[in-house]
Amino acid sequence: MQSTGLTSGQRRVVVTGMGIVSPLGLGVERNWSRLVAGENGFGRISSFDASDLPAQVAGEVPAGPTESGGLTLSDWIPVKDQKKMDRFIHLGLVAATEAVEDSGWKPESEEDRCRTGVMIGAGIGGLQTIYEASVTVKEGRARRLSPFFIPSALINLVSGHVSIKYGFKGPNHSVVTACATGVHAIGDAARMIMLGDADVMVAGGAEAAVCPLGIAGFCSAKALSTHFNDEPEKASRPWDRDRDGFVMGEGAGIVVLEEYEHAKARGARIYAEVIGYGMSGDAHHITAPAAGHEGAFRAMQNAMRSAGLTPADIQYVNAHGTSTMADDLELDAVERLFGDDARNLAMSSTKSATGHLLGAAGAVEAIYSILAIRDNVAPPTLNLDNPSRESVIDRIAHTAQERKIDTILSNSFGFGGTNASVILRGV
Amino acid sequence: MSEIADKVKKIVVEHLGVDESKVTPDASFIDDLGADSLDTVELVMAFEEAFSVEIPEDAAEKITTVKDAIDYIEKQKAA
Repeated sequence: MQSTGLTSGQRRVVVTGMGIVSPLGLGVERNWSRLVAGENGFGRISSFDASDLPAQVAGEVPAGPTESGGLTLSDWIPVKDQKKMDRFIHLGLVAATEAVEDSGWKPESEEDRCRTGVMIGAGIGGLQTIYEASVTVKEGRARRLSPFFIPSALINLVSGHVSIKYGFKGPNHSVVTACATGVHAIGDAARMIMLGDADVMVAGGAEAAVCPLGIAGFCSAKALSTHFNDEPEKASRPWDRDRDGFVMGEGAGIVVLEEYEHAKARGARIYAEVIGYGMSGDAHHITAPAAGHEGAFRAMQNAMRSAGLTPADIQYVNAHGTSTMADDLELDAVERLFGDDARNLAMSSTKSATGHLLGAAGAVEAIYSILAIRDNVAPPTLNLDNPSRESVIDRIAHTAQERKIDTILSNSFGFGGTNASVILRGV
Repeated sequence: MSEIADKVKKIVVEHLGVDESKVTPDASFIDDLGADSLDTVELVMAFEEAFSVEIPEDAAEKITTVKDAIDYIEKQKAA
């Protein structure tokens, strides 16, 4: 097997900071304790009137006092700056703030600032901002369009704002690969460190598409759950026979990636190492995966090859598992890849608790997986009452399980037939 | 202070997030009140909206202080 992977180079990449904003609230620890307790972040859509849409359930970031895990924006972003950013940027900035502060990395020399970069993406970006601006133009008020419209909607502006806030002058980049964004951001940023472009990268994804265009658009694509409008907590049910589409979530997941020796030298807390990363394209259909999810299979296979691992080395898979028909195709691919080792594998979909955070999903789920390593706990797949098909893989139905976990693989797949897998290991 | 001056001041406070006491007639939006070039574009739009006046670009460029804004709007309103 060819050795081209992350671990074959001189420079190892570790995670030294983490931040989450999700429907489970603000903060990594709050998210994790609620996730492990089997709680969920769903409700009827409250940010706008969705009564004329088929899907009326979503995972919205709860508003409320910061100390109880709610979002009080003025605690994070000055009021006068808030209007210069779409909500996805707000959420990204909040999660990035937690991650950077958690890492303790405060570059004081110009050289250190220039060696610290940012790579935060989104699947869609400022959808609500674009919608409102369109209305302004439609009303014949094009000259009244805010000068902040464009920088508020652009996807790479999370990276821009984080760099401005902290003075990070290294690579400033962004990923846009639909629902694979979060994993691509982490994988690509890790490679930038590995290749020597930077020593520290703030990486992840942010999304805020619980808005009329976002919900209506995914409804038209027949992607959202519509049968559980009166029981929001049951709507996201990966692998269950009654699943009928994903539930939109919003939020952000951000990690601080750091070159291993750099992290050690400053005595940073190291959560995990990025040891494998794999990508693939389906070349099949704009929204549907190919039979057997062979694209996912190749992404996972490539990640394992880059890590120099075999399936027996991996104890937990955080599935893409969106609660759509494609769940079983991912299961097919994982079973085929793991073969006999599938018997020892735990795999769950935390989207059953958060919904699908689109471009933020991969990063949030990578963080959950790191915590699975830290605590030796596999988080549950909620609502998996009646699997649509049986599997030897333990999908951690309903309740979290204590399991020995030192190496995880996390999957994210996106429209356009883009697939990404990342492998993380405890250090 | 005139009604127009009051309203201008209020808009400046709101859009730039500055303390009212800093919004003196001679205060420059950029040098004293922390605005950038996009902020000033937005401010002019807000004046146009609030006072139902048109401020052409060449005139807008000359509005750099609180007093500039008040004077321009008062002149337009008197005309």
